[in-house]
Amino acid sequence: MTLELRGVAKDYTVRDRKIRALDGVDLEVSRGDFVCVVGASGSGKSTLLGLVAGLMAPTEGEIVLDGVPVTGPGPDRGLVFQSGALYPWRTVERNVSFGLELLPIDAAERKRRVDWYLAETGLDAVRKSLPKQLSGGQQQRVAIARALACEPEVLLLDEPFGALDVQTKEDMQVLIRQVWADTGTTVLMVTHDVEEAVFLGARVVVLASDPGRIAADVVVDLPADRGLGVKREPAFLALRAEIEDLVREQHRGHVNRVAAVE
Amino acid sequence: MTGPTRGTTRGTAADELAAAELEAEQRLAEAHEAGRVATTRPGWAPLPRRAGLKPSLSPLLSLRTPISSRARWTLGVLSFLIPLTAWTVLSLTGSVDATFLPPPGAVLKAVVDMATTGELFDDAWATIQRILEGFGLAILVSVPLGILMGTFDAGQAFLEPVIALLRYLPAVALIPLLMIWLGVDEGPKIAILFVGTVFFNTLMTADVVRNVPRSLIDVSYTLGARRGEVVRKIVIPHALPGMIDAVRVNVAAAWNLVVASELLAATAGLGYRIIRSQRFLQTDKIFAVLVVIGLVGLVIDVLLRILRSRVGKWTA
Repeated sequence: MTLELRGVAKDYTVRDRKIRALDGVDLEVSRGDFVCVVGASGSGKSTLLGLVAGLMAPTEGEIVLDGVPVTGPGPDRGLVFQSGALYPWRTVERNVSFGLELLPIDAAERKRRVDWYLAETGLDAVRKSLPKQLSGGQQQRVAIARALACEPEVLLLDEPFGALDVQTKEDMQVLIRQVWADTGTTVLMVTHDVEEAVFLGARVVVLASDPGRIAADVVVDLPADRGLGVKREPAFLALRAEIEDLVREQHRGHVNRVAAVE
Repeated sequence: MTGPTRGTTRGTAADELAAAELEAEQRLAEAHEAGRVATTRPGWAPLPRRAGLKPSLSPLLSLRTPISSRARWTLGVLSFLIPLTAWTVLSLTGSVDATFLPPPGAVLKAVVDMATTGELFDDAWATIQRILEGFGLAILVSVPLGILMGTFDAGQAFLEPVIALLRYLPAVALIPLLMIWLGVDEGPKIAILFVGTVFFNTLMTADVVRNVPRSLIDVSYTLGARRGEVVRKIVIPHALPGMIDAVRVNVAAAWNLVVASELLAATAGLGYRIIRSQRFLQTDKIFAVLVVIGLVGLVIDVLLRILRSRVGKWTA
């Protein structure tokens, strides 16, 4: 499996004015990779995921998954929003089973799969609960389990831990690394948190702003079985500092351009 | 250029140019910063201070503060008891002629009498039947239309202007026209209920359907749902509690309309009973019917509230 973005650009029209959110993005994600995209505001991070998910069409260029151009959303590209976007009237297990209910598989098979994903994400005890009864971290676990249950080729994560407190966020980071190892799913994740990107990613892609372009593509040279302790190691800190500088440069440029426009 | 290559990609001529530009911008930003913090706050006279908020004497007088359940019940009972007492006092002291304002006891007796002869039930049932037919038809039409309007921008653009206009035509004003078209039987009564509620219910349904979060629809597509499945499995379940709320509001309007239509030409029904009683100056019977109308309306409201809280357990 490979996901390829070739010369992807995206324009938005705001009050008859065209604004280019992404420009000339070339990116290749191969099977089993974990790619984190970081960027300042205005770098079109979420746009990038929306395009890969097929929820919008690129203005220029094309997105190809396994040689087939992406023309719309589908279960081969699972998406997790920052808000979770859970179905509030469905219990945890019925949220996770949603995608499977649409497929011609029998109930026993469906249950077997749902059970596995609930156990994998630590949701077994709350399987009969409604989303509103869960904490923010648990809600994101449901969103991840629901996307994974469809066995996507790529799991797309759009700032999935952005609204969580720091401790919960670290729990979730460990969880997502574990899930990645257990399922072998390819992950493309967008975040503004550089530390998170370096900890999670096998690669970190830095987006420039106005319009969003790829400014750097850095391989994270850290052990595959890293734990939270790696965040204190010199190699981690150095890489984090390097990428933070790149993002900061882009952010400063963006602020000045906004000021110049106003 | 930057795509598949692993490792940082910096150092091309274009990038150096961009970096130079960036540096210039940063210098500009720093100059801005410097200019901004240069002035300290002038030595204004101190602001007059308002006293802080004093604690209120009782939760009853605090904004948005829950009251005890005892206070809640007491107030609820008082809201009935006070008008009832005023009524009793007015009629028992004889300050109002009993022909115009019968005492509560007489009204209760009239209710019991009408109930024992069975005419009360026949009338109530005739009225309820009209509601079921007229308002039921309005629901059958307005819910699909509302879903259409709330789901498709085109449906909204096509239907909203005409419905927004039609809903302001007072249904009661159409009674004469409907009688010319449909005669004096059940037709115009059912039509009046339909016309009086269908437009409001359509717009209210469209509103709750439009409030289904976009992210729920998008995420469903990424889980493999087709458009029809999204409407059936996501849009309708999410909008259902709101749709029941709309029905609850509009059934009250239907209840008002049906009685109004029965005042004109009917041979059974609660409105008809009021007109008949007026002819014989039986104000106790009029009041009895009014009490029944109020009670039946209350029962419908409570039933819909129960349904709403059952269906909408996941909300709030």
